[in-house]
Amino acid sequence: MKHRSILPTRAGLVAVLIAAISGCSTPENPGDIHDPYERINRVSHAVNKGADRVFFKPASEGYGSIVPKPVRSSLSNVASYLDTPRTVMNDVLQGNIENAGHSTFRFVINSTIGVFGLFDPATSDFGLEERETGFADTLAVWGAPAGAYLELPLFGPSTERDATGLAADILANPLSVFSDHGTELAAATSFPSVLNSRHEFGDTVDSILYESADSYAQLRLYYLDSRQFELSGQTSAENAFAPYEDLYEEVYEGLYDGF
Amino acid sequence: MDSDFSRRSALICGASGILALSGLPALALTTDEAASLINKAVGDINKVINSGKSAGAMYGDFERIFRRYGDVPTIARSALGPPARSASSAQMRAFTSAFSGYMARKYGKRFREFIGGQIKVTDARKVKSFQEVRATAKLQGRAPFAVSFMVSDRSGTDKFFDLLIEGISLLKSERAEIGAMLDKRGGNIDKLIADLKRAG
Repeated sequence: MKHRSILPTRAGLVAVLIAAISGCSTPENPGDIHDPYERINRVSHAVNKGADRVFFKPASEGYGSIVPKPVRSSLSNVASYLDTPRTVMNDVLQGNIENAGHSTFRFVINSTIGVFGLFDPATSDFGLEERETGFADTLAVWGAPAGAYLELPLFGPSTERDATGLAADILANPLSVFSDHGTELAAATSFPSVLNSRHEFGDTVDSILYESADSYAQLRLYYLDSRQFELSGQTSAENAFAPYEDLYEEVYEGLYDGF
Repeated sequence: MDSDFSRRSALICGASGILALSGLPALALTTDEAASLINKAVGDINKVINSGKSAGAMYGDFERIFRRYGDVPTIARSALGPPARSASSAQMRAFTSAFSGYMARKYGKRFREFIGGQIKVTDARKVKSFQEVRATAKLQGRAPFAVSFMVSDRSGTDKFFDLLIEGISLLKSERAEIGAMLDKRGGNIDKLIADLKRAG
């Protein structure tokens, strides 16, 4: 039994990363939606919507009604538990020692009292809530621009930067240090977790995908805004609201001139 | 000279004191005022989501809350975007009224998921020319999430003009949605108004 090292993959990643960052295009005006691949993205969106209609939506409804909630919660707990080493590694790469410690404690508590991640006593008994992060966040912390918006087949909305991070998370999961089948294990457990999320947030997902006039544009906006919100929470909260300034001025321009 | 000066300054002081006592509204909206407005709005929302009323009755309540605390004409105008400039005032009135009902039904549905939950104002801060009031929504069995109200007094009274849920702007999302609806109807505002009365 040889232990698979993650080092060669990481060296390869750096090459991918440099290529990706230099390839990331930027919008003409900061704050604008940068979507030069809209035509291809819309095809991908149609594919994803079709996959949701014929598979994910009915499968999540079946999963939600057949599998009892405690079992679903436990399976989702395992998925996020197995992501913890990746979170800690990225906290370190981001230089966020506090979060690295926080998530390491979570991992220790949930490995032991939480029976290998089946339960989440770290959150419920110790007040150590999940603080998930990945390589996409690390790239953002390192100053990589988001690049163009992408809608990936099956993986859904992303950006050039976030897609690079996602690929790195899948290829270089530090779980490989603990198990030969780390990558496969993470992928296998994330599947029920995806179905559970689709079930829990079903109404919101339905309203975006099936009740809006342009579901592609709505999903793009939701993704880009919530990403910016997540990332600014890690850096500066001021950034998140800058776009509203222009919008606000435009909104009020001339409207109350008569007063 | 000296006594003249002091008399004048005493007069000014007296005048401003009277102004302060008469309780004239402050010229700019303060962070405290914005927070107290949203506290009231959130209190009303909490009352509705925990009232046990039917969906239809709740939508009516949400529309009243939206009209009372929100700058509805501005939100509607912004959602319509540039076509608002060429619309007649009768069209704008009809659009604003249809939009208000549509918003109450659409977001009322979302708020109905909050049943049994609580929204609580956490803090407020000035962001350039307006105030941001931040709140946390705590729902049963779910991780709490962030809700932010953008408040301004530019309409003449203190009203919120945007609502952000986990960073997702209601105003931006409705601009995209109403824009797409209008495109689908070949830019016909009257058709949009008619359909908006049933949408959401």
